[in-house]
Amino acid sequence: MPIAIGLEGSANKLGVGIIRHAPGKPAEILANIRHTFVSPPGEGFLPKDTAIHHRTWVVGLVKRALRESGVAIADVDCICYTKGPGMGAPLQSVAIAARTLALLWDKPLVGVNHCVGHIEMGREITGADNPVVLYVSGGNTQVIAYADQRYRIFGEALDIAIGNCLDRFARTLNISNDPAPGYNIEQMAKKGKHLIDIPYTVKGMDCSFSGILGFIDAYANDMLSGADKRDPETGERITPEDLCFSLQETAFAMLVEITERAMAHVGSSQVLIVGGVGCNERLQEMMGIMAAERGGSVYATDERFCIDNGIMIAHAGLLAFQTGFTTPIDESTCTQRFRTDEVLVKWRD
Amino acid sequence: MSRRPIDGTLLKQGAEAHVYKSTFLLPTVPSLMKVRPRKAYRHATLDLRLTKHRCVSEARLLNRCRTMGVPCPAVYFVDERNGEIIMEWIEGPSIRELLQRLIDGSPDRPSEAKEQSDGDVLSDPKVLQLMRQIGETIGKLHDIDIIHGDLTTSNLMLRKERRTTLEVDTSETENAEKNDEGIELLEGDYEVVLIDFGLGQVSVSDEDKAVDLYVLERAFISTHPKASGLFHTILEAYKQNSLGSGIVLRRLQEVRLRGRKKSMIG
Ligand SMILES: Nc1ncnc2c1ncn2[C@@H]1O[C@H](COP(=O)(O)OP(=O)(O)O)[C@@H](O)[C@H]1O
Ligand SMILES: [Mg+2]
Repeated sequence: MPIAIGLEGSANKLGVGIIRHAPGKPAEILANIRHTFVSPPGEGFLPKDTAIHHRTWVVGLVKRALRESGVAIADVDCICYTKGPGMGAPLQSVAIAARTLALLWDKPLVGVNHCVGHIEMGREITGADNPVVLYVSGGNTQVIAYADQRYRIFGEALDIAIGNCLDRFARTLNISNDPAPGYNIEQMAKKGKHLIDIPYTVKGMDCSFSGILGFIDAYANDMLSGADKRDPETGERITPEDLCFSLQETAFAMLVEITERAMAHVGSSQVLIVGGVGCNERLQEMMGIMAAERGGSVYATDERFCIDNGIMIAHAGLLAFQTGFTTPIDESTCTQRFRTDEVLVKWRD
Repeated sequence: MSRRPIDGTLLKQGAEAHVYKSTFLLPTVPSLMKVRPRKAYRHATLDLRLTKHRCVSEARLLNRCRTMGVPCPAVYFVDERNGEIIMEWIEGPSIRELLQRLIDGSPDRPSEAKEQSDGDVLSDPKVLQLMRQIGETIGKLHDIDIIHGDLTTSNLMLRKERRTTLEVDTSETENAEKNDEGIELLEGDYEVVLIDFGLGQVSVSDEDKAVDLYVLERAFISTHPKASGLFHTILEAYKQNSLGSGIVLRRLQEVRLRGRKKSMIG
């Protein structure tokens, strides 16, 4: 039964996972650990610092994963790593680590598309068979459906990704990056109650978040510099919590709408949410209501699998490896731009 | 706010609307009623704002297209309070259904025969002519400064023959549909009809028009991967038939590049 080790480091999370595939059974997760580079409030993570973080922690994390899994090096069949998309410097640090392991242990390498990793792990964990996928993270916002051996992109954010929009808004309000800015916005949004009128931009199955970000950033800055903002109906003061609430309600409604449009277009009633923003319970709830109205259901995973991790890279890599795919060492590069639909999905029919 | 009962049969649950087939004024005039039900997933205030806006804007744009000679259903009745539109019934398949039928063939055909026929069907002059007609129709739409906002092959329909508004429909449409499903539909005269204008707007901006085409391009290629080669025929016809198309198509290049250059971290 094949075993793979997966290394992920395309953004600020470094993850190592070990997986075993047994025919006809769910994949077995032998280890799945992560170390996150957290930047101070008001700051994003820079590629250089993130790469240093990954280089510092990767050896320790691989050792710990092996220990936790109880797998002997001899039993590992391949080393999987994230080929892209992501930030250049962090991707490269992890690719070098993967190459080193491959040479050291004399194992084949498998380069994995990060987005495909998310999708395959989501399908494996939830059992969703052929869903429309909403992939939402710091760098990506895509509505995807499978056809003819590719994950095809039906819709996407035309400018910035939803996660990026949330992260940047968190910086404006000086919200902590620990454990994640999006998580803290979600907690604050729970206390918000006034919906402010925010631009809503949907174009078919595509959407746009830069208008929202510009608007709400300006609004927040006005508030921070003392402007008296009130709800027109109740006369009550608008709070930062109200801003988080309004941002979530508006942006997530857009995401659910484009997902629903894709579901109607391809005739599917299952939806799978993957990627870091997919942990958001309000987004999951909204998607669930929409899917139920279409006679279907929503599938989502918790933070172990939603947030970038090594196990998804091991899983998708092992699926490809079992179809005979490997990445020769002199081609084991990485790439900042690597579209989901570039991957030939040979393991599905 | 209580809704009056809907008189008609539910056809389908579209992306956002429920559509019912009914008749208008005379039992021989088929019509389509489009209702935008409340979306429980979104905040009630936002929901009301969107639903109302889209209903009014759809009716307005349909009227504008109609007067300017762009093929689309005629509006018979609008109830913006309930978010309902009754419009002309368009008899015919959507371009999505038609392309899927052409590509997949009939379901019982053996797969080798299917593979073989793909190439033939897609290079058929009749199919290319259909693509040209799609490009031409979108060109006309942009020439009158309307952005559709949701161009997909689901929102383009094929109508066999032009029928003036309220002309009595006597044909046995159910039967006609069953006999003519595939390439036969492309013989003789037909029209490509635009539907679903809820996300539309009036705009003279080249950027807006370019994004409109980009949205169609991606939807087309992901929905009909095997027919993706046909898309450039649509653009060619658009170029030849729309006045400002030169600038719009250059802009489209930029929109595509932006999509590809976008950083994709995480
Ligand atoms: N005027 C019409 N005549 C016949 N069928 C129509 C007409 N308008 C819409 N339809 C059918 O109903 C479906 C949904 O309508 P549409 O206006 O596209 O709403 P949605 O916004 O939900 O996609 C269309 O895909 C088409 O098949
Ligand atoms: Mg539609």
